[in-house]
Amino acid sequence: MFQVRFHGRGGQGVVTAAELLASAAFREDRYAQAFPSFGSERMGAPVMSFCRIDDKPIRTREPVTAPDALLIQDPTLLHQAGLLDGLRPDGYVLVNSSRGVDDIGLAEFAARHRGHLLTVPATNLALANLGRPLPGAPMLGGLAALTRTEQTVSLDALLAAITERFGDRPRVAAGNSAAARAAFDFVTGELDELKAMTHHA
Amino acid sequence: MLKQIEGSRAVAETVAMCRPQVICAYPITPQTHIVETLGVMVKKGELNAEFLNVESEFAAMSVAIGAEAAGARAYTATASQGLLYMSEAVYNAAGLGLPIVMTIANRAIGAPINIWNDHSDAMSQRDAGWIQLYAETNQEAADLHIQAFRIAEELSNPVMVCMDGFVLTHASERVDIPAQSQVDAFLPPYEPRQVLDPGDPVSIGAMVGPEAFTEVRYLAFERMRRALEVIPAVEADFGAQFGRGSGGLVKQYRTDDADLIVVALGSVLGTVKDAIDELRDDGVQAGALTITTFRPFPVQAVRDALGDDDRLRRLVVLERSLAPGAGGVVTADLRTALATGDGGPRDAIISTVIAGLGGRPVTRRSLRRMLTRAARGELPEFSFLDLDRHLVEGELTRIRAARRSGPSAENILRALARRS
Repeated sequence: MFQVRFHGRGGQGVVTAAELLASAAFREDRYAQAFPSFGSERMGAPVMSFCRIDDKPIRTREPVTAPDALLIQDPTLLHQAGLLDGLRPDGYVLVNSSRGVDDIGLAEFAARHRGHLLTVPATNLALANLGRPLPGAPMLGGLAALTRTEQTVSLDALLAAITERFGDRPRVAAGNSAAARAAFDFVTGELDELKAMTHHA
Repeated sequence: MLKQIEGSRAVAETVAMCRPQVICAYPITPQTHIVETLGVMVKKGELNAEFLNVESEFAAMSVAIGAEAAGARAYTATASQGLLYMSEAVYNAAGLGLPIVMTIANRAIGAPINIWNDHSDAMSQRDAGWIQLYAETNQEAADLHIQAFRIAEELSNPVMVCMDGFVLTHASERVDIPAQSQVDAFLPPYEPRQVLDPGDPVSIGAMVGPEAFTEVRYLAFERMRRALEVIPAVEADFGAQFGRGSGGLVKQYRTDDADLIVVALGSVLGTVKDAIDELRDDGVQAGALTITTFRPFPVQAVRDALGDDDRLRRLVVLERSLAPGAGGVVTADLRTALATGDGGPRDAIISTVIAGLGGRPVTRRSLRRMLTRAARGELPEFSFLDLDRHLVEGELTRIRAARRSGPSAENILRALARRS
């Protein structure tokens, strides 16, 4: 089972993002479960959502406490107590930021999790492609690239899920798809660069 | 068709296929997505039904009663305080024998005010005369609605389909949504047993004095007795037509050779089953009994499922609500079932565990710890899962120390904030 925990703020679409990931996994004939951290959410308040993906039916209903990947949709949450709690030792962290991992105070963590902690400018990519600061789809594009060796989800399935979700709003679907693809390419580029550096070292 | 879909939406799409003629509802979390979706379907013309926005839950149930009295198939949904607010009409619907179907998106009851999931709301109405079915998954929640209309109309008795608020209503998972033709083949058009007809006037809701009240009430008892036969028959018919098991009275999981059996209702069974598999790996012979039909309480089915007196059995009743001054609601019914009639493990050791109140997650880790203690005979007769005893003791100390100790809810929240 692969478990993802999303951290963001109310209004940023963390619930939609978790549901999109589940839908994408479903399209690849896998079992998936997505749910919000249940509460009286308010715009701007810290919120969480969860997604589980497995090859067999998922029975558990508890919140994800031992995630394989964390998606931090709002970098101002980074130093919130407990954010990294339960993360698999070799798990993945993707942070929505236009700065590098060294610049957001995570250099040490990044050194220990080489190729597992990255930033992606998801809000910028959403603004450029969708015209709205909704980082959900590009964060998922980034996740697909970051966790490709784990075969969490393919970019194609993700794009299909986005198209289905926003089927009645073709421009929103196209914008989110473009942003997801751009984030996928961005993270793939970062990973290739890291790999090249390792080879030269 | 297989879909990855939110529980509320799966229920709304399935209810729509049951062709309700009147839908009346007042929004309340966590039920709202269901009637919102149905409202959109009516507005778009995808569902031919009267959709009534009412001014309260009391009105919602009253409209459902009126609609059924006029011969229409009626549906509504509510939760928590909303269910309490309609309570008087809830009793009336059952007393009149009107086959309304209502979804309860289970949620705690205040005070303290809390919007999260437990079973306090549905349990408060357990003896209103409604059949109560509890869903374990969103697939079952959807399927139970199709069965609920059949059961309700066959018996002329209302049915509540209880699904855990948020945990199911707001979870996206895989659900097989049936085709309209399948539902039509399973659920015939509503044929009311009683209907207001100017051509053939009757009173629905006549006043009945001491001379016949007992006899009319006896019929409610009789309908529930018949429900114990109708529900398994509908379950079997559903299985034959839709090719999957949903509904019924009880379900067993690895109980055949079990010495330790968890008894529970609703979605918590998923996590319970995972915990049971782990306990089995540890060498503990554990199993689970799902009570799908809580009203009528399936006394014989429960006894049959729990085995007999051939060896010592420990039963752990996982209660999602609290009956202050009594303990556990489900436990009381279980004890009665085992103390009467034929079969069942009469000498079973029964422990009540109050768990998951007001949205506290019931985790596999906590279940495993608690059940390991139960297997060793260390679990007390009554306990709370994951109770923060330190917080409780602190407040009890405050209460003892001063007359004006203040509101406990706030005191406890402040103590919690000081800790972090």
